[in-house]
Amino acid sequence: MDILGLTALELGEKIQKREISAREAAEAALAQAQLAEPVINSYVTLDPEGALKQADEIQKMIDAGDLSSPLAGVPVAVKDNMCIRDKLTTCSSKILSNFKPAYTAEAVRNLQKAGMVILGKTNMDEFAMGSTTETSYYGPTKNPHDTAHVPGGSSGGSCAAVAAQECFGALGSDTGGSIRQPSSFCGVVGMKPTYGTVSRYGLIAYGSSLDQIGPVTKDVADCAAFLEAVASYDAKDSTSIRRDDYRFCEALTDDVKGMKIGIPRDYMGEGLDSEVREAVMAAAKVLEEKGAVIEEFDLGLVKYAIPAYYTIASAEASSNLERFDGVKYGYRTAEYEELHNMYKKTRSEGFGAEVKRRIMLGSFVLSSGYYDAYYLKALRVKALIKKAFDSAFEKYDMILGPAAPTTAPELGKSLSDPLKMYLGDIYTISVNLAGLPGMSVPVGKDSRGLPVGMQLIGNVFQEKKLLRAAYAYECATGKQFEQPAQIKTACGNSAGENRVENVQADTAKEAHQV
Amino acid sequence: MANRISDETIEYVGILAKLELSDQEKEAAKADMEKMLDYIDTLNELDTSGIEPMSHVFQVSNVFREDVVTNGDNREEILANAPQRKDDCFKVPRTIG
Repeated sequence: MDILGLTALELGEKIQKREISAREAAEAALAQAQLAEPVINSYVTLDPEGALKQADEIQKMIDAGDLSSPLAGVPVAVKDNMCIRDKLTTCSSKILSNFKPAYTAEAVRNLQKAGMVILGKTNMDEFAMGSTTETSYYGPTKNPHDTAHVPGGSSGGSCAAVAAQECFGALGSDTGGSIRQPSSFCGVVGMKPTYGTVSRYGLIAYGSSLDQIGPVTKDVADCAAFLEAVASYDAKDSTSIRRDDYRFCEALTDDVKGMKIGIPRDYMGEGLDSEVREAVMAAAKVLEEKGAVIEEFDLGLVKYAIPAYYTIASAEASSNLERFDGVKYGYRTAEYEELHNMYKKTRSEGFGAEVKRRIMLGSFVLSSGYYDAYYLKALRVKALIKKAFDSAFEKYDMILGPAAPTTAPELGKSLSDPLKMYLGDIYTISVNLAGLPGMSVPVGKDSRGLPVGMQLIGNVFQEKKLLRAAYAYECATGKQFEQPAQIKTACGNSAGENRVENVQADTAKEAHQV
Repeated sequence: MANRISDETIEYVGILAKLELSDQEKEAAKADMEKMLDYIDTLNELDTSGIEPMSHVFQVSNVFREDVVTNGDNREEILANAPQRKDDCFKVPRTIG
């Protein structure tokens, strides 16, 4: 049986029916990861031994009739910025290269409660700062659809792992688009829920007022099921929200009749790749043919979202990352003179260039004399952006547009000009500022075979509307854009299930794992 | 308006950020920051007078709960992460002369 080709829900059902055991499922995913990893590098840490142990324990519970959750026994991956007790949690940074948390993130505990098997921790941009997964200390992840290209970021490892069938779903985190943009680049479904829906307890903070954990999955039904499993009110996260309704799977009905969908003209104009525009407009047409009412409108303020975001996120990052000081955990520099020298050397050696850049900017905008002009100004603009969305949602059930202005860029082309890289976040970033739910759904491929994602944005707590529209789109198109990647290496070879070109593994990662 | 970051400012930000930058890194940081601040200055095109700074999108108030211990003693697990330890303490360089 082709286990890898199943969605998470299909696999979960077969596990409940005893057609496949949890161990067989874990073994299939681990075997695929072993083939793909030398080329793709989705994982910072793969934990075959731990995964098989979990699978056996879960199987016992299923057999005893104690676990009937639809995702029980399904092998999944977790972004490496979520703590798992006694498992290496690096944030793809040198400074946490040896960190094993003493506790488990609430979102991960929810996965465990639902009986999911955690295969390992996925690669990311260091501390989730980046849009390509190239700022990882453990080497970049490659896009499974074309390994000469990036998977996007910062949850690039989670999205690549799903696309390359190295797991049946994954958790990512999204501060400015870090789930939606790599989902778009890797041809998978990804959702950032309303702020406060998934607990941030145990998520290593980047921009606390913007960070939100969400699912990365093969299709829309899996997305709803994962969200249902991980969303919860948590007293340990002071921004956690108790929602009235957690039954996201109920939204999976093939019906968008009368649904009002707005397309911001400001998202479809200058700077948008023409192939992306065509694919997104074609997807809108599909929804229109199914009875949705599609209209173009002016959202406004779009170009101010990026400077506001980088001010706020950097400010919060500079504060959040103060805790990495070489005292209680993580890396400490080898030689130092006194305490402050130890702090400075530890941090300077432990952080990468992009992280330092944002800590410096954040420290500056929060410093005395600049706080009002930069930080408070950005928070005022955030209020205006929220208002612009509020008025849009008076007229529309949701907003439809691209997730990113282009398909995945080539490896090595983004980091030299940070500002240009930041501009790639233009369609995703304001959603975080306004705390809204947003999701990316595969709607096509460009002429090079790289996936294109459509982004759906809803008002707060309207995840179910997004899921319904995405599901209706999927029903109409027969999931044709959600096919797994046939791993294509930079040399142009296609590596099937039995053969993967042996590309030299990253040395930093090897040194770290030995 | 073109922002200029002086040597003194980059030195000061380095102290705030607790980062030690080489001369080359300092020059790069100055250039990066000037470029970003020029970009951030586009926010000044917007009139935000009378707009309250929004730190959270939802009305949030302090969340209180009873201070009840729920975790057990995991001193060893926590100290296992210490870069250096002495007995049951984190070991740090001398902090007072």
